[in-house]
Amino acid sequence: MLALEYRRSPARFLTVRGASSTRFGARMSGALATNVAPLRLVNHAEPARPATGWTRLKPLLSGICGSDLSLLTGRSSPYLGALVSMPFVPGHEVVAETLDDLPGLARGTRVVVDPVLSCVARAVPPCRWCQVGRHSRCDRITGGRLAAGLQTGFCTDTGGGWSRRMLAHASQLHPVPDGLDDHRAVLTEPLACAIHSVRRVAIPDGAAALVVGAGTVGLLTVLALRAATRVGPIYVIAKHGHQRERARALGATEVFEPSRAARALRRACGGTLEHPVLGPEFLLGGADLAYECSGAASGLDTALRLVRAGGTVVLSGMPSGRVDLTPVWFRELRLVGSYASDGRGVPEGADGASTADAAGAADGSGVAEPGDEPADRAGQFAEALTLAAAAPLDGYVNAVYSLSRWREAIGHAARAGELGTIKVAFDPRRN
Amino acid sequence: MSRPGFVLEVDERTPSLLVHEGDGFRLERFPLGTRVVYPPDSLPALPDVDAAIRRALLHPVDAEPLPALLRAGMRLTIVFDDISIPLPQMRPPDIRQRVIEQVLEFAAEAGVDDVELVAANSLHRRMTPAELKRIVGERVFRAFFPAHLRNHDAEDPDGLTHLGTTRHGEDVEINRRAAESDLIVYVNVNLTAMSGGSKSVTVGLASYRSLRHHHNVHTLRHSRSFNDPANSAMHHSYDRMADVLNDHVKVFTVETTVNSDAFPTQLGFLNRREWEWRLADQAAYLAVKRANDLTPPKLRRQLWQRNNAPYGVTGVHAGAPASVHPLTLANVHRQQLTEVPGQSDIGVWGLPYICPYNVNSIMNPILVMSLGLGYFFNLYRNQPIVRPGGVAIFYHPMPNEFHPVHHPSYIDFFEEVLSETTDPVAIETKYEQQYATDPWYVHLYRKSYAYHGVHPFYMWYWGAHAMEHLGDVIFVGADRRTAARMGFRAASTLNDALEMARDTVGSSPSITYLHAPPLTLADVR
Repeated sequence: MLALEYRRSPARFLTVRGASSTRFGARMSGALATNVAPLRLVNHAEPARPATGWTRLKPLLSGICGSDLSLLTGRSSPYLGALVSMPFVPGHEVVAETLDDLPGLARGTRVVVDPVLSCVARAVPPCRWCQVGRHSRCDRITGGRLAAGLQTGFCTDTGGGWSRRMLAHASQLHPVPDGLDDHRAVLTEPLACAIHSVRRVAIPDGAAALVVGAGTVGLLTVLALRAATRVGPIYVIAKHGHQRERARALGATEVFEPSRAARALRRACGGTLEHPVLGPEFLLGGADLAYECSGAASGLDTALRLVRAGGTVVLSGMPSGRVDLTPVWFRELRLVGSYASDGRGVPEGADGASTADAAGAADGSGVAEPGDEPADRAGQFAEALTLAAAAPLDGYVNAVYSLSRWREAIGHAARAGELGTIKVAFDPRRN
Repeated sequence: MSRPGFVLEVDERTPSLLVHEGDGFRLERFPLGTRVVYPPDSLPALPDVDAAIRRALLHPVDAEPLPALLRAGMRLTIVFDDISIPLPQMRPPDIRQRVIEQVLEFAAEAGVDDVELVAANSLHRRMTPAELKRIVGERVFRAFFPAHLRNHDAEDPDGLTHLGTTRHGEDVEINRRAAESDLIVYVNVNLTAMSGGSKSVTVGLASYRSLRHHHNVHTLRHSRSFNDPANSAMHHSYDRMADVLNDHVKVFTVETTVNSDAFPTQLGFLNRREWEWRLADQAAYLAVKRANDLTPPKLRRQLWQRNNAPYGVTGVHAGAPASVHPLTLANVHRQQLTEVPGQSDIGVWGLPYICPYNVNSIMNPILVMSLGLGYFFNLYRNQPIVRPGGVAIFYHPMPNEFHPVHHPSYIDFFEEVLSETTDPVAIETKYEQQYATDPWYVHLYRKSYAYHGVHPFYMWYWGAHAMEHLGDVIFVGADRRTAARMGFRAASTLNDALEMARDTVGSSPSITYLHAPPLTLADVR
């Protein structure tokens, strides 16, 4: 079975990390990811199902995510090192076909995979988060019968989408409606994440939102904001022309080039533009909330500088690098994380933290807050499937490679914005 | 006796002609038959300027001598033109200093204690203390700054007063201190026919509320040209406002004119007709051109900005504004007016490094546009040098550079407004109010050294008449993307520009090159 495998190699990881941290290296990140990162094409035996409730999958399309690129370019945080098991096959944005019968899910069904490997997949009693359908916060992602792995695509036991076979638990699978083609279906996972991120905070009607970055995460965040909230103007910071056009098509009010974002947002939202002696300019005023969708330290820095006092910054992209947190202190900002997706279908409390968080912290019980019924895990994935079918997402997956052309694929993904591409994906069936 | 201006027709013997292009210049060979409009030679300067000033103050036109207007206990406000004029800046001592010093001496003799000096900077940026000192001189600066020497603040609600409206309903709102004075003495330097007269107080000390009545697209499109006050709707509005002003406060104006000595001796070839260049001029051209081209852009800009013009003063007239200004205009015409027989298909202008709004600053693209399609295109009487639907060719590199302190709203105007439309009416309708009332721009205008938020709009309107009149606008040597943002085309060479113009004016167009600076006012017959 052909697969791309990421293996443990601290030397290679650190080499890539060091090289890509330089200006020149950052430009060469695609070459570093494909030539130095410890990724290789291997031929393994097909994985066996670990227990009932699991099925083998035949990936049809598997996307290359920004977090995958962060890993391959060494920019991802070492924090995550404890949450993976090596070697593993990357790929967590997957549309696949089941190869085994499951209760309620016949063999041959087209599915998308919710990649979080939470308590039920690990066959352990549900943690306090899994009890209430918030499996993205699962506390037991290193336990149970599976090796450590925050998600499919980072766990040695399950495999990942960058292969011809992988494993998934029934709880992870969501059937794809017949009318939804593979190219749209493969966007379900990032779209579910986007829906999750716009539900992480209560957004007042008419609030001004800033989306930093217009890659897949950023664009789908715009889509989710328009579809799932009553937000007011949405301002997007986009580097490339095609991203600007797509952002507008999805409902962005205005799209700014990064170099003029502060000035343009000041014009849109009011306030004053301040110029420190060192470092970028910032606003006294600005958007009510911002979604950092670039995964870059500079993106978070921009978001923090352009949100009004008391505003909120949601971390949608996987963070990397160091950021000056002074605005969080000085402007009394709320910094909110948003990871994967879960079963919640309603926004969190107006204070940005659910009462479950507070209750759990107070008594350690981790029980759900009143009125927060244990959610169906399908929650945000179901919404994402519906939205993926209806939204103008044609052409988002416009570069598909076979596994054997993995170097080209990853090089392309590293420069997707420049090359007019939103999502690069593998089609493991191709030779 | 200075030679008058004239129109040269390029023939086989005509040498390459000097063309300004921002912080540089070049020699350009024009097609045979091109008409080149040269200004009159620089007029001789008054031999004793101080005596001329004294004479003007003591023997004013249609007014009592200044000493007779001064008395103890009165409120006297001396208002003077700001840094936007003359261009380049005048070699010290500035003529305004010399006038102000004499006015202050008369005031002291009369026992006038309540004297304030106000720079008529309107919505222009505040001048720095050093810039103020340069204009009024060390002695006056030390005696009056900062308490009694200041910039006009057009956004100070307590510092403005509404004097009334004209018969056309135009608000006249000016500086309160000046309006409540017993006498305003206005000290002016006149470099172009558009300045001075009714404009001095009604514009220099006005607020946005007042300025919007004449600084708008409609008025500018009906000012043909704004260097010909009799045919300028803008000046008609100034005159109406001056009538309201005169009902409230007495104005004693001192208007001065300078000759065409815009460049110092070492750059003398820039003041001279090319076929009259001596060997030394040719050598100087080659040396300066080479050194200029090799100098890094920032340093080059600084060096040009340090150029102090050795202007000679050609006239000093004082008295009632309406009576003084025709004398001033006559002097300006004597220095600049050149008769041009008829229009041509193509007009060519070389745009120099400076305009009224980039002194000690950066000539941003909007200022380039304003200098070309506003100031230079409008250097005419009767009719433009280009026929309706003709083509204007300007020389300027037009880099995408802005001064972040002086021109903050220009940056947003360029990025936000011009990326949506270049139509002056659409811009005025949708954006002017937003920019004019933006609290941040107001703050920067009052507390920093920024031009008012609405100022880039006025610069755009300045070109509205030209944009309506012309069929195409091409900038030679300009940054293509910058020119395109503003709706213009860029060409690498004059030949390319002429080739591009073929679609509009055909393959054998008539061409007129307005040779400036020194400034030339074309009287097109």
